Amino acid sequence: MMAYLLILLPLAAAALALAIPSNRLRPWLLPPIAATHTVLLGIVLARPELAKVSEELVLDPMGKVVLASISVLFLLCSFYSVGYLKYRDERSNRVFVACLLAFLGLISLVAWSHHLGLMWVAIEGTTLVSAPLIYFKHSKLSIEATWKYLLVGSVGIALALLGTFFLAYSSMRNGMEATLALSDLLARGPSLSKRWLHASFILLLVGYGTKMGLAPMHTWKPDAYGEAPGVVGAILAGGVTSGAFLALTRAYQICVASGEGAFSSRLLMFMGLFSIAVAGLFMIGQKDFKRMLAYSSVEHMGILALGLGIGGPALFATVLHVVTNSMTKGALFLSAGNIHRSFASKNTDTVSGAIRRLPLSGSIFLAGFLAITGSPPFGPFISEFGILNGAFSSGHFLAAGLFLFFLLVVFIGMGRTVLKVTQGEVPENLAETSYKDDFLMAAPTLAFLLIALILGLYIPEPARQLLADAAALLENRL
Amino acid sequence: MIHVLNALLVIVLVMNLFTLGTSRILSVIRIVGTQGAVIGIIPLLMHEHLTIPSVVASAAAIILKSIVIPNIMVKALRDAEIKREIEPLIGFLPSILLGAAATAVSLLISNRMAMTEAHAATLIIATAIATVFIGFIILTTRVKALSQVLGYLMLENGIYIFSLLLVEAIPLVVEMGMLLDLFVSIFVISIITNHINQAFASMDTRNLSSLKE
Repeated sequence: MMAYLLILLPLAAAALALAIPSNRLRPWLLPPIAATHTVLLGIVLARPELAKVSEELVLDPMGKVVLASISVLFLLCSFYSVGYLKYRDERSNRVFVACLLAFLGLISLVAWSHHLGLMWVAIEGTTLVSAPLIYFKHSKLSIEATWKYLLVGSVGIALALLGTFFLAYSSMRNGMEATLALSDLLARGPSLSKRWLHASFILLLVGYGTKMGLAPMHTWKPDAYGEAPGVVGAILAGGVTSGAFLALTRAYQICVASGEGAFSSRLLMFMGLFSIAVAGLFMIGQKDFKRMLAYSSVEHMGILALGLGIGGPALFATVLHVVTNSMTKGALFLSAGNIHRSFASKNTDTVSGAIRRLPLSGSIFLAGFLAITGSPPFGPFISEFGILNGAFSSGHFLAAGLFLFFLLVVFIGMGRTVLKVTQGEVPENLAETSYKDDFLMAAPTLAFLLIALILGLYIPEPARQLLADAAALLENRL
Repeated sequence: MIHVLNALLVIVLVMNLFTLGTSRILSVIRIVGTQGAVIGIIPLLMHEHLTIPSVVASAAAIILKSIVIPNIMVKALRDAEIKREIEPLIGFLPSILLGAAATAVSLLISNRMAMTEAHAATLIIATAIATVFIGFIILTTRVKALSQVLGYLMLENGIYIFSLLLVEAIPLVVEMGMLLDLFVSIFVISIITNHINQAFASMDTRNLSSLKE
């Protein structure tokens, strides 16, 4: 029952959004739906017996962590969207609002599905509904960004489908029928055909990795995040990527169950480190601060892949990093959007002195940078430190050393751009714009930063238990 | 039965190579459409008697892959007023050779990979993998938006062929593949034909190169 509500309510609201004629009132549909979603999810979290509807629809601890962070992300973004769309009221927001709501419904389906085919369909749906979000500004550059997003994204999706089919085929052994149900695949683990499983894992890693934005399949990301409105960037970087990561963890679970954990770990660690390195390289000298955030997202997807690859002692921190990354990315993308609007530019050649012009958004952007690069006392520090610790304690010294080095490169590269944006004087010849920090756009941004801070200082016991359960689930110990 | 099936799959393989060497986009649309019709017949030949999933798989493929999508593509082609793929990143001859090599490799590995005796006797796995490879080659080496979409359709044809191995156990696999088709048609209609063409007065994806480092 709850599963259907969480999935269908936003989808129904999306249909309603298409029917509402008023451009001014339509965005106000977002906050109540998002709040209902968060409350309903809270009920499911509090009462475990609601978390299983059928064999196909189960909200396991990993799904709970991912969906909870997306639900909070979406709730705060929904308030911000109301403010943003008021600011852009010359343009019809019909499709924008409908696609945002549809996204929430589909990503809930991703989190609930314990059937890899269903999961794939839902992820394909999220790609499709996020394309109009990127295209919202209707400029030449946003067409280019959307085209690349769809082309690269759909190839990724096609490869993920082939990988899903390969996985089903690997279960056709000893006269058994092929299956895509997660529980069946986990139960048959050791008897899965190794060859097909290997091929399948590579395809799933490439396919869902494209959606996450792991290098070298990340090419759509800087373009899409650079051209999309800030709030869309927050939802893509904190929501879509977490959903794709969840899909990847399912493949990882199956590999572990079939005794091929070492194979998947090697690949994940390699892809993870490679993504962090590529992101660091492109962040050095990056003048466009929204593209810089996109590379930061590539980096953090790399950290997730690395943490999953290390496994064992790093898993708790990896699951935590899903949450801390989405919250910090929320703060960063929303404040970057505010700065972009106030300066009518996202290039550090024209943008400087953001703290003087927008004291709140500018400061949040600076604090968000410190948080995302792993400075204490913010949440990402705890999760990144945990992954590093896990790497050392499981004997991956080379990986740990490289990880530390790349983090340093990222810190320096990102720091230069962020300091240029926030510090200094506002250029004198810069035209005034109508944007000022107002409650609807500044408060959610601040709330994201506060959550990221609180996660670094204190994680409540039930949340800690949930994270530990999710980490145990990844190794099939639950 | 199995001989007819393998004969059809060989036709699919030949069409793959033919596409690689063709520069007229209209011809490529026709070949990919015909390929869709040929692979639409395959599910009817896979078993001794007809089953509902295989009939659905067959009808869906023939309608979508050989009628609906080619028509959308031809319309898009007419609107865009282009005829040929002029400068692919890899020449036509080298790409045929590459495609032939991909086909040979998939034929070599697929026999060892089959999970049941029945599958080992057919060319299904080999054809599926080769078609995916060649679709990928077209997708990555052509510069016109329409050609790239055609490469993508071919890649999907390969995935469809593979899904036929699973259709009895998991009836919905074919429908999942069809969603991909739908996905691509929506994005052809909405993006390429309307927006890229209007904004840039051409469909050359090399115009889409302002966003870079």
